[in-house]
Amino acid sequence: MAEHEKITMAQAFNQALRDAMTADESVLMFGEDVGALGGVFRVTDGLNAEFGDARCFDTPLAESGIMGLAVGLAMNGMRPVVEMQFDAFAYPAFEQIVSHVAKMRNRTRGALTMPITIRVPYAGGIGGVEHHCDSSEAYYAHTPGLTVVAPATVADAYTLMRGAIASPDPVVVLEPKKLYWSKDEVDLDEAQPGIGRAVVRREGTDATLIAYGTSVPIALEAADAAAAEGRSLQVVDVRSIVPFDDETVCAAVRSTGRAVVVAEAAGFASVSSEIVARVTERCFHHLAAPVRRVTGFDIPYPPPKLEHLHLPSVDRVLDAVDDLQWDDV
Amino acid sequence: MPSHDFLPSEQPVQLLDQDGRRVEDPEHEFPADEAMLRAHEALVVGRRVNEQAYALVRQGRLAVYPSSYGQEACEVAAALVLADQDWLFPTYRDVVSIIGRGVDPVETLTLLKGDWHCGYDPTEHRVAPQTTPLATQLIHAVGVAHAATLRGEDTVVMAMCGDGATSEGDFHEALNFAAVFKAPVVFFVQNNEYAISVPLARQTVAPSLAHKAVGYGMPGERVDGNDVAALLSVLGTAVDAARSGAGPSLVEAHTYRMQAHTNADDATRYRQDDEVEKWQGRDPLLRSEAYLTGRGLLTDERSASISARAEAVATVMRDGLMQDVAPDPADLFDHVYATPTPQLREQAAFLADELSREGVS
Ligand SMILES: Cc1ncc(C[n+]2csc(CCOP(=O)(O)OP(=O)(O)O)c2C)c(N)n1
Ligand SMILES: [Mg+2]
Repeated sequence: MAEHEKITMAQAFNQALRDAMTADESVLMFGEDVGALGGVFRVTDGLNAEFGDARCFDTPLAESGIMGLAVGLAMNGMRPVVEMQFDAFAYPAFEQIVSHVAKMRNRTRGALTMPITIRVPYAGGIGGVEHHCDSSEAYYAHTPGLTVVAPATVADAYTLMRGAIASPDPVVVLEPKKLYWSKDEVDLDEAQPGIGRAVVRREGTDATLIAYGTSVPIALEAADAAAAEGRSLQVVDVRSIVPFDDETVCAAVRSTGRAVVVAEAAGFASVSSEIVARVTERCFHHLAAPVRRVTGFDIPYPPPKLEHLHLPSVDRVLDAVDDLQWDDV
Repeated sequence: MPSHDFLPSEQPVQLLDQDGRRVEDPEHEFPADEAMLRAHEALVVGRRVNEQAYALVRQGRLAVYPSSYGQEACEVAAALVLADQDWLFPTYRDVVSIIGRGVDPVETLTLLKGDWHCGYDPTEHRVAPQTTPLATQLIHAVGVAHAATLRGEDTVVMAMCGDGATSEGDFHEALNFAAVFKAPVVFFVQNNEYAISVPLARQTVAPSLAHKAVGYGMPGERVDGNDVAALLSVLGTAVDAARSGAGPSLVEAHTYRMQAHTNADDATRYRQDDEVEKWQGRDPLLRSEAYLTGRGLLTDERSASISARAEAVATVMRDGLMQDVAPDPADLFDHVYATPTPQLREQAAFLADELSREGVS
């Protein structure tokens, strides 16, 4: 294998944007502070300088306006990529997303399509103060017409972003803020599974951990710790929340007969509850125990000094695994 | 530009008074005879469309109809001032504008009939889908206009909304974006005095809706919304300015919603009949008819051909809406994504199976 430089997840996103803008002139990148500054997380670093004001630009501060502008640009032949500065600041754009971005294809029976990429830095674990750490995936996943992806690796950051921009449909890319500075040595040209596919990140035979985005590293760490104690845990990275890869996830669960879903969003009416329902409906006769969940509490995201109490931890995951009725067999 | 140049006139621009007599106004060019005749024809057709739609609601053929009865001058002028390469962004009330732009009347009424949401291909006549979430379409109009600017195209966008919609946040965001991007958009507000039951005084205490333009750094203009000559003149000037690169502007037409909000509304709960009667004398059709007749332009032959055209459109509406076209259940799943997800394929198969069993039993 050729040597590759280690890059961060933020750099992988950046490279995906750069490559997509080079490949297709209709790709436009805009939002708040994405121009000269390169975004508050530097994901758009250098794009304004390279592609100019027409292709990468700052807008007035108005998220509904940003999203509505994207709708109009898409109606007229462009492929907009918008940055919502933070998860909780995307809410003013919610009406445009739900009522227009997600519905335009359906409304017009495909006459107007919305090839829009909505980049949302999401989730916590970064010591952020109020409104900077929301896990808002359930709102988007619940909205028919949207595709929702949550990469967890540097390679996937590149692949899923390219896939999102190339998609004929609107895609919400949940960028795990906590992992922006994670590094990996990756060959960006190496083909990864596309949107709609989950992958098994670690093989294991005793139980399956199902995770996405920020929770994947926790699940992998828990699997390491369990291995030291003699228990073999498989880890599935969902990657694509919508469309959901029932096939891969369920095959994995059937192979072990036990499952724990790990996600930091509040558990009630969440993506994690959807995964439990789907797995239970499809794998019931293969299950040796009810599917467990490790999620955030049903509370507003806590302040920095308390967030560690809220977030799924390796210990909580291991406790949930311990609870999977091992003695009943 | 000094801000006073953005200010609207003290009174709405009027070129024809209530009796169809010309009002001298050196600043606003009066439309040519043929333009006035075309506008009058469109008005007669528009009125007929409103009447026919009302009848179709009563016959149960339309689920609901928000009528533009009395507002037809605004409706027809908005379409007439546009060129082929331009775009129109209508609301639920703007059926007459949409038809005026050339969209098939039956396809236009698909939404209100309930067969599907948008029944026409928006790219064919460059008419966006009718938008119901108030003011949200105004910002799409800016996006369409900005895309055209980026490609160096000669496109102007007419973005329509009502007086109530000007209170929405997206109205503000759209005007501000348009001004900052210098987008070729004409924001056209039909101030018909009501948002369902709520009078304008509850929406704003600004001197007029057109005054709001000043805050965004664009010109605002007020126009008599029942005077098709003034509307053609003012909207035409605004479109020309946008096309020439001068950026967006805001036009407020002062008109009146003669009927209830929709057929489902009871306007007697919030307004008095004498208020409505006052506006009957300001009917836009009477005005253009009196003007054209007075000038000898509206010959009997022309009148007859106009009536015939209006009848023909009404016939198309009746014939189209009397037909029961069974909506295709497959449509429910086919257009959610370019390629249906595995989950949607399962659900489509479930429904198809259910329907086939029902068909058997
Ligand atoms: C965001 C939103 N809120 C509420 C409604 C319900 N609604 C439909 S029409 C209307 C009144 C709008 O009044 P106006 O903008 O003056 O337009 P008009 O109906 O008079 O043409 C309301 C409140 C809506 N369609 N969208
Ligand atoms: Mg109104």
